[in-house]
Amino acid sequence: MRFVFKTTYDQDINLLKHEGYVRSYGILLVLALVAPLLLDEFYTGELTHIFAFAVCGLGLMIATGFTGLVSLGHAAFMGIGAYAHGYFLKLGVPWVFSVVLAVMLTASIGTLFAIPVLRMTGLYLAIATLAFAIICEEVFTGWKSVTRGTDGMFFEEIDLFGWIIEPGSLPFYYVLLILLVGTLLMTANLLRTPIGRAMIAIRDSEISAQSMGVNLARTKIIVFGISAAVTGLGGIMLAHKTTISAPDSYNILQSIALLLMIVVGGMGSIHGAVLGAAVVSVLPTIISIIKDWLPSLQDIHTLPTGVFGLVLIGFIILEPTGIYGMWRKFKLFVDVFPLYRRRTFKRQKAFLKTERMR
Amino acid sequence: MTAGAILEVTDLAVHFGGVRAVDGVSFHVMPGEVFTIVGPNGAGKTTVFNLISRIYDATTGSIAFHGEDITRAPAHRIAALGIARTFQNIELFEHATVLQNLLIGRHPHRRTNLVSELLFLPHVRRAERAHREKVEEVIDLLDLQSYRNQFIANLPYGIRKVVEIGRALCTEPTLLLLDEPSSGLSVEETEDVSFWIDDIKNDLGVTIIMVEHDMGLVADVSDRVMAMNEGKLLALGTPQEVQADEGVQRAYLGA
Ligand SMILES: Nc1ncnc2c1ncn2[C@@H]1O[C@H](COP(=O)(O)OP(=O)(O)OP(=O)(O)O)[C@@H](O)[C@H]1O
Ligand SMILES: [Mg+2]
Repeated sequence: MRFVFKTTYDQDINLLKHEGYVRSYGILLVLALVAPLLLDEFYTGELTHIFAFAVCGLGLMIATGFTGLVSLGHAAFMGIGAYAHGYFLKLGVPWVFSVVLAVMLTASIGTLFAIPVLRMTGLYLAIATLAFAIICEEVFTGWKSVTRGTDGMFFEEIDLFGWIIEPGSLPFYYVLLILLVGTLLMTANLLRTPIGRAMIAIRDSEISAQSMGVNLARTKIIVFGISAAVTGLGGIMLAHKTTISAPDSYNILQSIALLLMIVVGGMGSIHGAVLGAAVVSVLPTIISIIKDWLPSLQDIHTLPTGVFGLVLIGFIILEPTGIYGMWRKFKLFVDVFPLYRRRTFKRQKAFLKTERMR
Repeated sequence: MTAGAILEVTDLAVHFGGVRAVDGVSFHVMPGEVFTIVGPNGAGKTTVFNLISRIYDATTGSIAFHGEDITRAPAHRIAALGIARTFQNIELFEHATVLQNLLIGRHPHRRTNLVSELLFLPHVRRAERAHREKVEEVIDLLDLQSYRNQFIANLPYGIRKVVEIGRALCTEPTLLLLDEPSSGLSVEETEDVSFWIDDIKNDLGVTIIMVEHDMGLVADVSDRVMAMNEGKLLALGTPQEVQADEGVQRAYLGA
């Protein structure tokens, strides 16, 4: 068992609550910093891919995991972010400002989308987001003067005030790491302040959130805006990593992959988004290894979709708290041994249930 | 208008299709009072609470709080005005600790904005400390120290009821609505509730409207009692007067 003595309220308010946190996150940060020096190029590339995906996943986590607003179309925001950024770059906007502008534009579109649909919950909201994503995909394909249609828009080096950073280079890795860590810190801040508590209140019980003074409509709109912004940033990162932005990077399958990420990683936790991103990034690699073993699967083009679906269903049925949930259960089991209680992890609201108590 | 009333309800009615859940009820509550609503199942007691906390729109009638008409006020404004409530079926955030639940009660007192919260600027930290201090006062009042960091899902029913009262108190209300605070509690726990109601009334000066079935508790703590049946007011007076009322007795016997 671990006992932590608390002497100030700040110990509960701080992100790193005791030396245990300082140690584990310190080690993690050091590992992330030295990784590209130790690993070969392929694995460093995989890591940047995970960073980009993790930011996308965090965006969806903010809406779905923390606030209970299910979205089946979040890939659209990745696309909006990436295309807007590419377009601003082409206009000659400096890189940093282009990122900021694109993220702000994505936030505005997320907010505008949220205003008419915020009254919907559960399944209806999910369908509205799906429709939105389908429309966006059409726009990405059709608006050739901006997006170059199916040819795709190319992203070359990052020009950081004259410092040219090639994709795949060492500085490129650190730029993406900084963006990820920044997003993680802001999301963690969100959760320890009134807005984050309001989000969780809305997720667990709209009716009592409201009676505690939470403006449901306003909070949901703001949350959707933040969520879109973060996902847009993730889209920008991914476009730089893959050096291309094409409509099929933002199709329904991508939206499902985002959902898979947060379910497999662990709904309602920041760790979950990052862990899920790691799984979703390595899954295609694993699938191609399996294909090498079993040549008879070679011709099945829908195999990745099938595997994604199976993993998603498997987690929903067997481990709805995801990988991070498993880890927390294990850790709690060790920490409080022998006082562990199963009920700690029973959940209150299924994420696709419409409003309760009315 | 009744001079000095904290809450004034006039001809309040709400109809759901054909069901007249509340059907022309008028009453007023004076500051510092414990005002209890009693009545058989389905009488419309909870619906009165839902109307006051603006979860339902009144079909007709009006509600005034401190003389201000709140009949059409948005639901999220009610807490900031100073009305807090608990729910008959406990609506806590189960996936959060007691502390986190109580902190949500501080929401009406949020003074920080989104950008400063995202960056966790120094004044956000100061505000968080102040919220925490207020929450600790409530924890002390309700003796919740040992549950502070427990998840709601792990707590016995009786403690959850207390936490819900605590969450309501964290909003620093002037009017507290308690929907069946003793339902599902043991005899001892019900006694505790009666002490806490006294404390909340006397130490914090909070006015209380309570829906309650336990007649012992009702007689113990109430200044005035209102009996309802089928959405209508049956009797209003001291606990003894209402218990002695013939119409009330008939309604309870189902005659
Ligand atoms: N949203 C609603 N839609 C339709 N009917 C409703 C709604 N809310 C309440 N009612 C009806 O109004 C009537 C009064 O319900 P209410 O919950 O106020 O009763 P109550 O006095 O609190 O009873 P109990 O002691 O069982 O809690 C019931 O017949 C109920 O079915
Ligand atoms: Mg009731």
